[in-house]
Amino acid sequence: MPDHENPSEQSDGKRSILICQALGCLSSHSDRIQTAIEAEISQLELADSVNVKLTGCPGLCQEGPIVLIEPEGTFYARVKPEDAPDIAQSMLPDGQVVERLLYHGDDGQPIRNYADIPYYVKQQHIVLRNCGHINPEEIDDYIAVSGYEALKKVLADMAPEQVVEEVTKSGIRGRGGAGFPAGRKWAEARKSTKEPKYVICNADEGDPGAFMDRSTLESDPHTVIEGMIIAGYAIGSDTGYIYVRAEYPLAIKRLKIALKQAEGRGLLGDNILGSGFSFTLQIREGAGAFVCGEASALMYSIEGKRGMPRVKPPRSVESGLWGLPTSLNNVKTFASVPVIILRGADWYAGIGTPNSTGTAVFALTGKIVNSGLIEVPMGMTLREIIFDIGGGLIGGKEFKAVQTGGPSGGCLPASALDLPVDFDSLNEAGSIMGSGGMVVVDEDTCMVDLARYFLEFTQEESCGKCVPCRIGTELVLEILDRITNGEGKPGDIELLEEYGDVIAKGSLCGLGKSAPNPVLSTIKYFRDEYEAHINEKRCPAGACRALTSFYINPEACRACMLCFESCPVEAVDGWLRTIHIVLQEKCIKCGSCYDVCPSLYNAIVKVPVIEVPQPPMPGTKVPRKKRSKC
Amino acid sequence: MENQLTNLLAPYMGQKGVTIQVLQKVQEELGYLPREAIDEIARSLRIPPSEIFGVISFYSQFRTTPRGKHIVRVCRGTACHVRGGGAVLDQIKRELNIEENETTPDLEYTIETVACIGACALAPAMVIDEDTFGQMTPGKIPNLFVAQKQGEGQDA
Repeated sequence: MPDHENPSEQSDGKRSILICQALGCLSSHSDRIQTAIEAEISQLELADSVNVKLTGCPGLCQEGPIVLIEPEGTFYARVKPEDAPDIAQSMLPDGQVVERLLYHGDDGQPIRNYADIPYYVKQQHIVLRNCGHINPEEIDDYIAVSGYEALKKVLADMAPEQVVEEVTKSGIRGRGGAGFPAGRKWAEARKSTKEPKYVICNADEGDPGAFMDRSTLESDPHTVIEGMIIAGYAIGSDTGYIYVRAEYPLAIKRLKIALKQAEGRGLLGDNILGSGFSFTLQIREGAGAFVCGEASALMYSIEGKRGMPRVKPPRSVESGLWGLPTSLNNVKTFASVPVIILRGADWYAGIGTPNSTGTAVFALTGKIVNSGLIEVPMGMTLREIIFDIGGGLIGGKEFKAVQTGGPSGGCLPASALDLPVDFDSLNEAGSIMGSGGMVVVDEDTCMVDLARYFLEFTQEESCGKCVPCRIGTELVLEILDRITNGEGKPGDIELLEEYGDVIAKGSLCGLGKSAPNPVLSTIKYFRDEYEAHINEKRCPAGACRALTSFYINPEACRACMLCFESCPVEAVDGWLRTIHIVLQEKCIKCGSCYDVCPSLYNAIVKVPVIEVPQPPMPGTKVPRKKRSKC
Repeated sequence: MENQLTNLLAPYMGQKGVTIQVLQKVQEELGYLPREAIDEIARSLRIPPSEIFGVISFYSQFRTTPRGKHIVRVCRGTACHVRGGGAVLDQIKRELNIEENETTPDLEYTIETVACIGACALAPAMVIDEDTFGQMTPGKIPNLFVAQKQGEGQDA
């Protein structure tokens, strides 16, 4: 059983229908599900005994839209507005669970309680403790689950130094990726004598493939706000900023609602809860620059300037925003603070590994069965995360690599699967913890192309201030472009390693220093793929379009027309009973045909461009005994 | 232009560090940042126009040319990339016959890419205006735009 309380068990004794309305489910129109269920509930005159409410993300986005019934914990997956009558009926005193909407396990058996779903069994929710269980737009929902209790405790019973001490003792390291001990940062900011001081929440989550911070803000904005107020009290600051990407409009909307509600309850503003401590919070929207996730760049951006990192020292705890002491932490760090205060530093420090305490939140995505948001104790192995929680790879394909840490991280191969995940072990293996993106790839993903993808990203996002990053990433990208286009030369791999070394050593900020990681880690673990591209002009994964063609094996084709219909550019020739042919000169290599060809036939194969076999004559019929029925 | 902006700029007069917020506000109002607006902002905030240009060119959100009625944003995040987002983008370009950051001549559509919209579980994903579309394939693109245009006809 996962260790999370059941926050929705509210004292009014009502049962609740919780409808996820975080970005994933909302894009499948889960708001319409709520409207439909509300209508049904009022028709059945159940409104007095049943709450219908929107919630944030319960995590298993792949199965969305998700509807939870509490207190029972019944989990309905892939719900549609048409299912509203059945769900409403189930809430009648003699109502039955809607079996067809339950999540079905690997054995095909329905699982009734969400806590028994394999995806959740091994998880431990601290940051995500309320996500999917409370209405993020209602402060009372948060208060009902001990919300703002930590703030009350801090203001009433603890001196600021004690708060810093407690956070230090918990061992929590910054959840933004670098893993600097949060307590130490607070202590240094507190020690600084200049005034005023600032608290900043870094919600500029820019890593492609990462959505932990977005989900937390959309699902439980008050916990982040509470953590920030406590930080303000601890370091002696009266002003905070939340810097959020403009690409997260829903998170911004819910934060604004939450700020207003907290102000209305006297939890923000002057003389909070009569304690004499005052704190105000403002939202700053980013304007589309990845580098602003770097602390000093972010602070320049809040000042309204170009967000370019500066040389350190001085560190921002001494000279940050407007040249004044500033403590900047990640969304997940702030979200953990109220729990640390309420349950104690010792409890928190007992979770995870000695040097990486607590839990890690990951956005698990890519070629994995259960895409979604997870939170696990530090020290869990990659294998447990990917196979036990993630359910393994889509279509039972072979695991090839997992990419952690986004553009600053690296790719780890199958041999690293038993690595316990924490800040230090990932570093040693050549990747990083990062802020929590975890992208799983299978045999169809080319590692050279993946490295090229990340370098294209960092090259574009380099702010241009320092030469190693500005010119270095350009040079590396140029080489990777050549290799994936089949124009690689002997010596390219060595050159990549050399450039990578210079960029890592010579760059000013974390963006540049870590930019070569995707290249260096793929060379380290998948050197043979680079060599195949360069020496044999072949992409082993069949992903590099310049090196790969699609070919229909005439022996296997049953002329079922699926690929013919899926092709967006009419590059498949053929008709019923007529063997299909890919017209190579028209083909754009989008792979649509490859994806739709029934696994029963597997007629479409990827072949190196230089080895495309001669197709049969157009109009060749499928031999009678093999003719398709569909 | 001046009149249109005066009210908008009023609350920010005399405040420090508001350049980005002001540019966001003006762009929200006008759809883009025309030259005259930039001059007007510079005068109001008492900042040289060159500095404002510096900020505009640094952040990808800011545009100095008008955009189409509908914004097609294609996610280029990692999850979308490994699940074939590149091919989806290519197909959209072919369908609308424009490149990234370009607008169709009839000012209907603009194609943009975004680093990650955070809908990784729906990869490959794209957004048209406010609507998110997940699990896209190149094959789904032509029909999507047909449906989009028809939907509009019904609204009218």
